[in-house]
Amino acid sequence: MITRTLRQFLVLLLLGVVAAAVALWWNERDESSTTSAPEALAPTPQQIERGAYLARAGNCAGCHTARGAKPYAGGVGIATPFGTVFSSNLTPDNANGLGQWSSGDFWRALHHGRSRDGRLLYPAFPYTSYTLVSREDSDALFAYFKSLPGVSRPNQAHALDFPYNSQAALAVWRALFFTPGPYVAESDQSAQWNRGAYLVRGLGHCAECHAERNAMGARKDPLLLQGGMVPLQRWYAPSLAAVHEAGVNQADTEPTLALLKTGVAQDRSAMGPMAEVVYRSTQYLSDADLLAMVAYLKDRPGPSIPRPTPVATEKSAQYSGGEQIYARHCAQCHGERGEGAPGAYAPLAGNRAVTLASTANLVQAVLNGGYPPSTTGNPRPYGMPPFRQSLDDVQVAAVLTYIRQAWGNTGGAVPVRDVVQPQ
Amino acid sequence: MARTIGKFALAVLGAVALQAHGASAPVQPQRQVPDTMAQRTQACTVCHGKEGRATNAGYFPRIAGKPATYLYNQLVNFRDGRRSYAAMTHLLDYLSDAYLREIADYFAGLDLPYPPPQTVDAPAQLLERGRILVQQGDAKRELPACVRCHGTAMTGVEPATPGLLGLPRDYLVGQLGAWQNGRRHTPTPDCMARVAQKLSAEDVGAIASWLSAQPLPANSHAALSSPDKRPLDCGSVVQ
Repeated sequence: MITRTLRQFLVLLLLGVVAAAVALWWNERDESSTTSAPEALAPTPQQIERGAYLARAGNCAGCHTARGAKPYAGGVGIATPFGTVFSSNLTPDNANGLGQWSSGDFWRALHHGRSRDGRLLYPAFPYTSYTLVSREDSDALFAYFKSLPGVSRPNQAHALDFPYNSQAALAVWRALFFTPGPYVAESDQSAQWNRGAYLVRGLGHCAECHAERNAMGARKDPLLLQGGMVPLQRWYAPSLAAVHEAGVNQADTEPTLALLKTGVAQDRSAMGPMAEVVYRSTQYLSDADLLAMVAYLKDRPGPSIPRPTPVATEKSAQYSGGEQIYARHCAQCHGERGEGAPGAYAPLAGNRAVTLASTANLVQAVLNGGYPPSTTGNPRPYGMPPFRQSLDDVQVAAVLTYIRQAWGNTGGAVPVRDVVQPQ
Repeated sequence: MARTIGKFALAVLGAVALQAHGASAPVQPQRQVPDTMAQRTQACTVCHGKEGRATNAGYFPRIAGKPATYLYNQLVNFRDGRRSYAAMTHLLDYLSDAYLREIADYFAGLDLPYPPPQTVDAPAQLLERGRILVQQGDAKRELPACVRCHGTAMTGVEPATPGLLGLPRDYLVGQLGAWQNGRRHTPTPDCMARVAQKLSAEDVGAIASWLSAQPLPANSHAALSSPDKRPLDCGSVVQ
């Protein structure tokens, strides 16, 4: 009996050691390119400018610049289902930033997700995407960050729950879900397609929101961009492939290009997390890069999400209540027939964003309102008022049910529980 | 057979209907909305009242006619986290400095009548305490009078000091409380934080009650300049 227990224990121990060795090997493979000492950098102005452009393409500031604080000094808390991860200081400060880093250290962080001191980094820093970035672009980014004024803001420790706060758990996660890049061009595709793929899948890290995540927080099928809830934000990033969602692969080039460049197109506007993406990132990209991204997105495989079943045509009491609320609060901007006003207010009739299976974005828009981003192409956007103050949850559910079923729309009714949010 | 044909007909009809809906939006004349700031700022006036002149019955402050730089500073402060109100921050997150300036200029330029004062039933003793603090301050506590910065008429001073009249009592209490507990800031030196931290809860109640009981003077515009030197340096003035 004792022998059997001991044997089982030894087998388990052996398996544990082997698993640890495999995880360690897996995590450190292909890391020979790093250097330890910071080299004397002699970046050209063009390289720094290129780095600034790439930092926008990756929206580095979105996480590494705190509200109202000095650029890239970190300290932004990123809420995840596993706890809060705090972004780090990317300024060239010696004690707290990248002052002691070499371009090889930076490359290793971006490409392998490992910090200068050897710690594995949390994938809230989306190296799962950034791993595709080329060494040349990594060096340009590094030159740019090194050119910034140093800020001595100390880095803040993450506030993660056990066991997610352990390096061992992270090593296992990486062994399961992380494969280092870099991007390898597909020879049967055009240069434009490959450029688009490099940006969408790499710095653009589109799949971090537009792909569903599993219970361990890893992206499922990131190449398919089939849509998913943005973690802890109550926003749904629609499928870029499904024709009844964003359906970028089925749409003309022009509206997608306009949305990325200006935040609005003839029949749509960017709100919520996508407004941030346009405001801080895509509006600054060159037309050539945006066209490349759209070309790649248009070539995504077709939909696998089933179209929502059309609902019964009989109108409920909820619908009728919503119709009255619509006339009073919404029709002035969105039109009596939900036709919208081009460039100002999105149409609601025939709008795929209105009939998505997920009602998360509609609830956000009505409760909190919002402006599309003010961009060079659309500097003075029209805004949606927040209705949290003037409509209760039952009324919000009713008006959303109405717009999802009026004018030929075929969305499902919205239960009140979809609207209730913890304050 | 008849049923099968019926089903088939329904299916065809359904497919046609779906296609009509899915293929392209029905051809409709394009609606136009007014190309004005009033139209663009409906997201503001839903809470701040028609044309930004909130009644003083609730919490939301009037914004119409306030000094332009004051309004601009507040928009930037909400966006950049020096003021804390989630609904405001959410609306302003992705708006440029230039657009915020235009929004501020729009509301500052509105010259609209004020409603009668809100507070009518405060105890006389409380009102007197408030009046003294606002008009004279308290030298013993090195507490400057409100009027020394906000203007003798309390209608504000251009370009960045707001008027104190025509605001809801709850809003005034809320703001002094926010200065006290660090939820409202300006760039340093943060003069209002220094002033507010010297106030007791009773002081705050007295000041807010008295201010919200005062009618606007005939000239409700902000003064063009301060009558004398400011008692404190304020980062908000040069922000």
